[in-house]
Amino acid sequence: MDEAAISISNLGKRYRLRQQSTQRYTALRDVIQQGVRQIITRSSRSGNKAAGEEFWALQDVSFEVRRGEVIGVIGRNGAGKSTLLKLLCRITAPTTGRIALRGRVASLLEAGTGFHSELTGRENIFLNGAILGMTKSETSSRFDEIVAFAEVDRFLDTPVKHYSSGMHMRLAFAVAAHLRPDILVVDEVLAVGDAAFQQKCLRKMDSAVAAEGVTVIFVSHNMDSVLRLATRSVVLEAGRVRFVGGTKEGVDLYGSHLAAQGAELDLSASPRPGHLRGQALLLRALPAATSTQGWTFPFGENIAFQVDVNVLAPLRDVSLGVGLFAATGTEIASMQSAHSLALPTLPPGRHRMSVEYRGLRLVPGVYTLGIGLQSERGLEDYLPQALQFTVASNTASAAMHTDTFRGFTVPETHCTLSSLD
Amino acid sequence: MTSSPELIIEAGKSEAHYWRDLWRYRELFGFLAWRDILVRYKQTAIGVAWAVIRPLLTIIIGAGIFGGLAKLPSDGVPYPVMVCAGTLPWYFFSSALSESANSLVGNANLISKIYFPRMILPASSVVVAFVDFAISLVILAGLMAWYHVWPTWRLVTLPLFILLAFISAMGPGLLFTALNVKYRDFRYIIPFVVQFGQFVSPVFYSTTAIQEKYGDMGRILIAMNPIVGVIDGFRWALFGTTPLHWESFIISTVLSLLLFALGVWYFRKTERSFADVI
Repeated sequence: MDEAAISISNLGKRYRLRQQSTQRYTALRDVIQQGVRQIITRSSRSGNKAAGEEFWALQDVSFEVRRGEVIGVIGRNGAGKSTLLKLLCRITAPTTGRIALRGRVASLLEAGTGFHSELTGRENIFLNGAILGMTKSETSSRFDEIVAFAEVDRFLDTPVKHYSSGMHMRLAFAVAAHLRPDILVVDEVLAVGDAAFQQKCLRKMDSAVAAEGVTVIFVSHNMDSVLRLATRSVVLEAGRVRFVGGTKEGVDLYGSHLAAQGAELDLSASPRPGHLRGQALLLRALPAATSTQGWTFPFGENIAFQVDVNVLAPLRDVSLGVGLFAATGTEIASMQSAHSLALPTLPPGRHRMSVEYRGLRLVPGVYTLGIGLQSERGLEDYLPQALQFTVASNTASAAMHTDTFRGFTVPETHCTLSSLD
Repeated sequence: MTSSPELIIEAGKSEAHYWRDLWRYRELFGFLAWRDILVRYKQTAIGVAWAVIRPLLTIIIGAGIFGGLAKLPSDGVPYPVMVCAGTLPWYFFSSALSESANSLVGNANLISKIYFPRMILPASSVVVAFVDFAISLVILAGLMAWYHVWPTWRLVTLPLFILLAFISAMGPGLLFTALNVKYRDFRYIIPFVVQFGQFVSPVFYSTTAIQEKYGDMGRILIAMNPIVGVIDGFRWALFGTTPLHWESFIISTVLSLLLFALGVWYFRKTERSFADVI
């Protein structure tokens, strides 16, 4: 039983940056234009240049997973976690290396993929089962279980488009949870849904792993769930394996790596969504002096940092927007620099903006900042997950028992008591 | 426990078991086709009647203009019947082409999240178009009965020509599907091809009429079109009056097979990068 369920050797995936830009497909026009240019200049070099810069999302990745293990893949955004899962599921092909998978693979990349809103719940269960790799007879034999698990029995013959988002999610997860694969690949699916249902899914996953020896490989930003579920961890950093081993060590290493990010954080290479104007770019971020080391702030200190911006063309009404997210993905604080600082026109050049949250008092834990820059013309630059920082426990937080708090902030409050008699 | 299948993914090698995989995913293929058929006429007032009405209107207008006004010859059967035997395969071909071309882009969420042999998607679009085609055969039967055109023994060969229609639609379908993923220009090219093709193909006229006017060369020239063999074959199998012109039929059929091979080859060549490009 000790044989490897997954063996990965020298795995690498290269993207051309052009494929990653906002318009990933090429227009025929460009191909023709290039062809004509080549004929005129009679050189093939222009063609090579247009092929774009190369980018290795994964490189030299090798590790083995034994049957029945639960592997947590940890890493910062852009470390190559999702690419690794995509390669394992055969969604995209590797550029180098080899993967050997022993057993049936099923992926839970996103619950509800392949649901068709016009079809009824019943029809979607069968369709989704087929998409996830179940045969029709397997789905039929588990049909009642799936319906009971999803708690949608009254709406089985209603088109899914009339479902609430919660029902939709429950149904999707119920189908996925009743898969019986040998290898299960999971990508952050637990980030959605209400807490009670999440617990139910986790229990289901736990029992499936324990009873049937399913091998699970999953990606999460939530270190709690990695610690709870995984038996081993793989830490990825910039597309390479940094560490393979115990879960505790992996999580610690990842945490220390986050703290050791150093004062200056380069934002230029962070992933960005499409449709940005790009007339001003977020360059880097620096924590303010209130932090102790890198991006770690002691409990009770104001969260403060600086953001460097490179403006390419004069922009009016520039404003920096920052969203502060908890580890669960909930945005718990929002700010716009325009509320405290009016900028009529920003000339081209480099600028530094300082941001300070006053009296926010976050509960110790890991938080993520999303930073956006906008002008009167629209969104110039936006990093949904620009950086992570830690609020560290100290004597003050321990005295308040913040580890038992379910909220995210401990605002300064003022209470009075008067006698009514 | 059954022996677990081993799967090797290696860089630079296309799937060794591609065709076996395709067979293994036949249930998904069935489900996707079934989904598309179920969804196709949902929230339409007259539902599946659209499969009959669209070709029927084309036949009526075609028969009115080209048969009534232009008085084109019609191979010894009533003109509307001849137009019908051309319109139905043409409709099958054109809707298979345009729907398979959009099948991958329309299912981008599936492609970027889950593995399956991608060929399933355009193939299931062709199946959906085929279901429409099968339903619209009612028009043909009705018109033939109305005009008292009775089929001969040749009718038994009709399934062969239906198979040919399938292959003819599948080849360019796969080709355009793969091209459409990479070059979205094909979104604009395809409707044009479909519109143009209706007049280049013998839908409203017969290839015998072309031969009478322009000789053998004319007929061979027009056979440089995969759908010509299908339409000629249909007319030959359905009506006792039309002879089959073997040279042009073979040219057109060979062209269909070549296009099919080219479509499969190009699709397989580009398939692995679909998830990165779409």
